Amino acid sequence: MRAIGIILAGGNNHRMKELSQKRAISAMPIAGSYRSIDFALSNMTNSHIQRVGVFTQYNARSLNEHLSSSKWWDFGRKQGGLFVFTPTVTSDNNSWYRGTADAIYQNLSFLKNSHEPYVVIASGDCVYKMDYNKVLEYHIEKKADITVVCKDMPAEEKIDRYGVIKMNEDNRIEEFEEKPIMAKFNTVSCGIYVVRRRQLIEMIEKCAEENRNDFVQDILIRYKDLKRMYGYKMQDYWRNIATVEDYFSTNMDFLKPEIRDYFFRQYPDIYSKVDDLPPAKYNIGAKIKNSLVSSGCIINSTVENSIIFKNTFIGNNCTIRNSIILNNVYIGDNSYIENCIVESRDTIRANSHHVGEGEIKIVIEKNERYII
Amino acid sequence: MIKKEMIAMLLAGGQGSRLGVLTAKVAKPAVAFGGKYRIIDFPLSNCINSGVDTVGVLTQYQPLRLNTHIGIGIPWDLDRNIGGVTVLPPYEKSTNSEWYTGTANAIYQNIDYMDSFNPDYVLILSGDHIYKMDYEVMLDYHKSKGAEVTLAAMPVPMEEAKRFGILITDDNRQINEFEEKPENPRSNLASMGIYIFNWKTLKEALIANANQPALDFGKHVIPYCHKNGAPIFAYEYNGYWKDVGTLHSYWEANMELVDVVPEFNLYEEYWKIYTKSDVLPPQYISAESEVERSIVSEGSQIYGKVYNSVIGCGVVIGKDTVVRDSIIMNNTEIGAQGEIYKSIIAENVQIGDCVKLGVGEEVQNETDPHIYNNGIVTIGEKSVVPSHVSIGKNTVVSGITTAEDYKDDYLPSGKTLIKVGEES
Repeated sequence: MRAIGIILAGGNNHRMKELSQKRAISAMPIAGSYRSIDFALSNMTNSHIQRVGVFTQYNARSLNEHLSSSKWWDFGRKQGGLFVFTPTVTSDNNSWYRGTADAIYQNLSFLKNSHEPYVVIASGDCVYKMDYNKVLEYHIEKKADITVVCKDMPAEEKIDRYGVIKMNEDNRIEEFEEKPIMAKFNTVSCGIYVVRRRQLIEMIEKCAEENRNDFVQDILIRYKDLKRMYGYKMQDYWRNIATVEDYFSTNMDFLKPEIRDYFFRQYPDIYSKVDDLPPAKYNIGAKIKNSLVSSGCIINSTVENSIIFKNTFIGNNCTIRNSIILNNVYIGDNSYIENCIVESRDTIRANSHHVGEGEIKIVIEKNERYII
Repeated sequence: MIKKEMIAMLLAGGQGSRLGVLTAKVAKPAVAFGGKYRIIDFPLSNCINSGVDTVGVLTQYQPLRLNTHIGIGIPWDLDRNIGGVTVLPPYEKSTNSEWYTGTANAIYQNIDYMDSFNPDYVLILSGDHIYKMDYEVMLDYHKSKGAEVTLAAMPVPMEEAKRFGILITDDNRQINEFEEKPENPRSNLASMGIYIFNWKTLKEALIANANQPALDFGKHVIPYCHKNGAPIFAYEYNGYWKDVGTLHSYWEANMELVDVVPEFNLYEEYWKIYTKSDVLPPQYISAESEVERSIVSEGSQIYGKVYNSVIGCGVVIGKDTVVRDSIIMNNTEIGAQGEIYKSIIAENVQIGDCVKLGVGEEVQNETDPHIYNNGIVTIGEKSVVPSHVSIGKNTVVSGITTAEDYKDDYLPSGKTLIKVGEES
């Protein structure tokens, strides 16, 4: 118990288009059975971090529902626990979180009342497995003030929405640019930081005094020469979900055997809220190829190269191809869906036709569903 | 003061010997059912769905799996400050120590447990039936009739009545007589082994009969109450209720779940069946596979062809393997190019490549024809079946078997191959 955890889960992004109308990115369903924040939460619990604060702001209904009990990640402990911080009006503050640093500042007592010497900060919108203790050990070994987890991205990948960093041969960070139009380096920050708790309190308080609110701009970039900032290179799978394309391709990655093996069968496990759904059911007419299907689904027709989330019903004589069907969707008979993401709880009428041409189409029909 | 109107006592100590190797290492209530569930999930879920939040589970035979499954009752929301689920094994006393010698004796030995909740009513359940029942409705009936004992009962076909305990009632459903497995039944109302007692009546009857060897509800306690003039009523139940006591009835009940609209519907929103799930990921169906008329649970990976089968969690079915009319329980792995027909394969079994199960003639089982019949192949848990072997019908295999155990790579129909003492 050397560290406490902070998960920044407030974010929203217009590049998620209609998908973010309903929920914060941290609550986006991933890989059939999970939500994006499950990865950070499971990493925390698997790293034996027992006291974790989740900072939410944007449309947190879905997220709060998911976090309604902390027992799924084993945070329901007497020592530590899961704390959800949404913005509140207090006697000396009545504003929303104006940024990530401000979010931490407004809940600084969480940091002050802890006794653990270190803080691990992660964001709730990334898909990865990581033992934060390894970063912590590295942090101590390097005598760093702040350690930033980073990853080399392939040259062809567009990285203009990340923070990019340049390190010297000792891995000390020399340059740090946030969302440059033209990136000069291809090492990106993964949004995972380790910092000493007192150091963080000091920096956050200073920041607030100067009316600065953003953790990356106003702390990491401003302090990069003053403080000893080191990069920790991550080699394993890591994806950030910030655009519809990323979201789609991250989900589709789970159709690859090595990714499934890494996340589903290798130690440690990723945990999520248990929904008590029955096994998936394949009726006569089900023709399913290269797809992931979650519990509670009833399938009556063709599904290819797709991910079907929980509790979805697919009627007779449908074809679902290269698509993601989110939780609790009803698809009527004779429908054809290709290259689409169908929003959760939607009802697709019989004989519907949805095809994403050139890009992924987001299907939101919002029809009433009548339960007989 | 602690006070619960009704508490439940769930009898889960039985072996269920007619399930053969399936219950060699686990008690019958802990046997898997319907893919991800275990048999005890059905009465436990009924309890919580009926608002009964205090359940004593009486265990005796092979309790490890049952204990780990129940834990502190989190999956059924039975982790309560007061009440909740309590596992009650037999225990040593200062003057004597005995096992649970009969159904009612087990309850008798736990009078202190029941007393601690000051109940008005005690519900007695058995942990080996598949059904959905609202015990609260039964309690309302019990109260409205002014009964001291109420027995749930269901009409069965007259020709089958002789396998059950039969209740003979008057027009008001008050019970006049009992017949245990009668040759010529006079009624077709069969007792389901579900009882509500007024706690006072039950306690008095248990204490009065304490010295009766193998104290049993059907044989001793209920007849005793009847003799003493306690009003006993039958509560008629007409829904789905299945005793999965034999391998064939167990197989049949599982197979019914794959019907388009099964008689026993697991997909009902408002009467959920809860279970402990260790496996969360979705299931993967590969590009070469076919899955039809089947139910498949979390985390399974299907590379072969599955028809008319019930597949548990974390199962792997290899490429080009055909599985038909079979039950495959949690974490079993089947190699490639196999043929699996009408088989019940228990948990954590390893089956090699090119293995055929359920082929050949229909021959009666050599050792236990009353257990292994109807052509079903049964494979016990943690067994290993080597590659390239064929296994006939009405067979049973248990333990780590190697190619030497199969003459000419073939285990003929009707054979029993149980290797003991070689647990992994």
